Amino acid sequence: MDMLYLIVSIAGQRVALPADHVESVVEIDMVTPVPLVAPHVAGLAALRSRVLTIVDTRAALELEDAAGAAQAGAGDQAVVVTVDGHLYGLLVDEVEDVVARPGGIEPLRVAPGAGWSRVARGMVEIAGDVLLLLDPAAIVAGPCALAA
Amino acid sequence: MDDLLQEFIAETRDTLAAIAGEIVAWEAAPGDRARLDSIFRFVHTVKGSCGFLDLPRLERLSHAAEDALAAVRANTRAPDAALVSAVLGVIDRIGELTDAIEAGESLPDEDDRRLIAALSPDAARSRPPASAAMAGGPGPRGVARTIRLPIDLLDRMMGGVSDMVLARNELSRKLRESGCDGSVEAAFERLSVCVAEMRDAITRTRMQRIDNIFATLPRLVRDLSGELGKLVMLDVDGGDVELDREMIEMIRDPLTHIIRNAIDHGIEPPEERRAAGKSAAGRLSVCARQAGNQILIEVSDDGRGVDGDRLAARAVAAGIVAPERAEGLSWGQKLALVFEPGLSTAQEVTAISGRGVGMDVVRSNIERIGGLVDLESRPRAGLRLTLRVPLTLTIIPALTVSAGGQHFAIPRSAIEEIVRAGGEGVRIERIGNALMAGIRARRVPVVALDRLIGVASASVPVVAPPILIVLKPAGGDYFALAVDAVHDHEELVVKPAAPAVMATGIYAGTTLPDNGRPMLLLDPAGIAAIAGVAGEHQAPEPMAAEAAGEAAAALVPTLLFRDLDGAERAVRLAVVERIEDVSGDAIQRTAGRLRLAHEGRILPLLGCLPVIERARLRILRMSDGATQIAYAIDEVIDIVALPPVGEPATSAGIVAGVVLVDSRQVELIDPHWLFAEAAGAARPSDTRPLCLLAGEGDPWTREILLPLVEAAGYRVAFPGAAGSARPDVVIDSGGGELPPVAADAPLVRLRGAHDPQPGDEDSIYRYDRAGLLTALRRHARKGG
Repeated sequence: MDMLYLIVSIAGQRVALPADHVESVVEIDMVTPVPLVAPHVAGLAALRSRVLTIVDTRAALELEDAAGAAQAGAGDQAVVVTVDGHLYGLLVDEVEDVVARPGGIEPLRVAPGAGWSRVARGMVEIAGDVLLLLDPAAIVAGPCALAA
Repeated sequence: MDDLLQEFIAETRDTLAAIAGEIVAWEAAPGDRARLDSIFRFVHTVKGSCGFLDLPRLERLSHAAEDALAAVRANTRAPDAALVSAVLGVIDRIGELTDAIEAGESLPDEDDRRLIAALSPDAARSRPPASAAMAGGPGPRGVARTIRLPIDLLDRMMGGVSDMVLARNELSRKLRESGCDGSVEAAFERLSVCVAEMRDAITRTRMQRIDNIFATLPRLVRDLSGELGKLVMLDVDGGDVELDREMIEMIRDPLTHIIRNAIDHGIEPPEERRAAGKSAAGRLSVCARQAGNQILIEVSDDGRGVDGDRLAARAVAAGIVAPERAEGLSWGQKLALVFEPGLSTAQEVTAISGRGVGMDVVRSNIERIGGLVDLESRPRAGLRLTLRVPLTLTIIPALTVSAGGQHFAIPRSAIEEIVRAGGEGVRIERIGNALMAGIRARRVPVVALDRLIGVASASVPVVAPPILIVLKPAGGDYFALAVDAVHDHEELVVKPAAPAVMATGIYAGTTLPDNGRPMLLLDPAGIAAIAGVAGEHQAPEPMAAEAAGEAAAALVPTLLFRDLDGAERAVRLAVVERIEDVSGDAIQRTAGRLRLAHEGRILPLLGCLPVIERARLRILRMSDGATQIAYAIDEVIDIVALPPVGEPATSAGIVAGVVLVDSRQVELIDPHWLFAEAAGAARPSDTRPLCLLAGEGDPWTREILLPLVEAAGYRVAFPGAAGSARPDVVIDSGGGELPPVAADAPLVRLRGAHDPQPGDEDSIYRYDRAGLLTALRRHARKGG
């Protein structure tokens, strides 16, 4: 059976997300910051009548230190996913396409770095390129999830 | 045909849920003909529909039950426990079959014959049938009384209306910018009102009474106790508490599990209870109430309780806790071990509660919805479990404030009062790096919200923002939250926040106000814990007299308001429960007086003007602890601290006296008169004999003696305020000087010591209630 993947780029890296987890892709409007929250939570945004928790994927992947991370703001694109009944918006640089590929996730055969390996579920081959397949729930959990 | 079948299934389900309680009640009172009839009607209806829809198995079952019940109706058979169990068995099976029909499955049918056989009088006597429901059958279903709607439709409607509100707001902005004429504006206003009303109505459609779960409890308890050979008396209270229906579904399983545990492990078998000196029947009480921004559901029993020490020993044996750590655990921490996975305190595994799936699952289910489980145990005396569920998705009135440029909402229920840091009677004191606020007669710690959320830099010296919100978190101590500004009162729909957000501990949820920007709802209890000001349950400590000044000790918080006739009046804050806006339509003259229909109750409505014709009305809801009344006012002016005694009124009535507020004369409302008036038992107060209490400054006289004297039918006055009226009796509780008017009045002297000292043999011991009342009665008769 074909699996659908959403191809996005995060920190300049093209990656795949399982499309069955993805509700939509939105351009976020205004982000309300959440004081005291873990650094990978960028804040709250409204998606029509619902509240999205915006996740700074770069921070979740520990790609940059907090000072270097761009402030989330209007116009950023976010992939809307539902994890444990809560709605999240994962900030991405760019959304490319949805592609269908026959099942079969290849195991990870390289070590893409600490942050990436925590959220990677495997690799998928799409149009000749090998992309990391990321687990939205692991992104949402953030770097502190390992410590807990 | 399919439509008919669907309708049959839905209808059968509804009736099933309703009927289960009826059967249990019928068993308790077999003579109750009405109940028997309604059960009979149910099986009869099922039988009829089955024949029509060609469902032979259901027909056979319902037919058999109908026959048995018909015999009872004809008085040829007595309804005994076995028969009730058998009927319940059949009804359960009808439910299972209904589910199976809907799912298109088939169930093995050998049990049908056994169930039918159990209905016959002989079978009933030989062996009671096992109840089919206990084999872990489908969970209880909700009771709907009117129409059925798919939940996702309600969710869609809710979403649609919220979108509509946002669109309306945008339109409103656009209209303002473009500058339109008045007729467009009027039309837009009307639209706004409609949208707001619709939003309100749709939000309420999602609310359900917790009765939805509670209604299934009698049956659950009956079955469990029957199976385990225990006697249990169930007491259910608070079924009218409303929760979002999603929350109801979420707490259904944990609550059921807790009740199973209580009956299985908590309540002892009758012999054991008798041996322990308890009544043979255990008491199980389930009650729900709303407390601030939480719904509390308490399940308590008077069974054996949980032994913390034994739990700790088991935890050590199971390798969950290291022995040396177990030593140092407090009682509460030991009890909390019950929530550890894989730790079951039951001596043996039973079919009801089993092992493994235990309290850990209950706790994680409750915590998943942002709730808490508290455990209180008295070994051999009982256990009380409290589920605290947040009001998520319920509408809560909230105050919006801002700090550090960001808006937050605070549940209004937790707010005690709002004061200005520079205001009169408010002083901010620095204690090291922390702040305390002295607000009139009490001192509370201050938490500066901007510092707490880290927007104020730590290097800046500690200065509290200008506005202090005194909060009383559920189960905690008072503290003041300092914020930059207070904006608005709003009714907000609160939703649970993502776990990462909840992990900060200071938020209770998120909300989406009309401006479309998400806002965080603060959790007062969490803030107290994080800021380190959480105390044990205690009343605010009165400040030392020298700090507050001598007058402050005697001040009473008083609500100043503008009455309907425009006059400024005051009422003691302690008797005011709430200030609310009500619709004029809710007010009617019924049964001889004005009454207000409010939140499903009828309150006597009082006010200084007899008839009020306004579309909306502000009321003070007052309570004397037992009765509630509403008092109509125009607006609230302020809350001030005033001395307890003013100039008394010349004649008794709605006004008790006059007090001085900033050198203005303000009439003080007499709550006693209001309640007496509402009770319809007001005896003309002028004819009440006057009792002069010497020792006005003495709290004992004021707080303890005064109510007793008033209850004995006296008007009470103090020497300073008595004027020239001659008292009918004077009570001297020691201390105060007697004024000249009292010189010739009968004197009752009280003494503090139990036994009279030489020289005061004629005095009465101050707790000799009978003696005191007799003396008062004697003088009242003389005087009146």
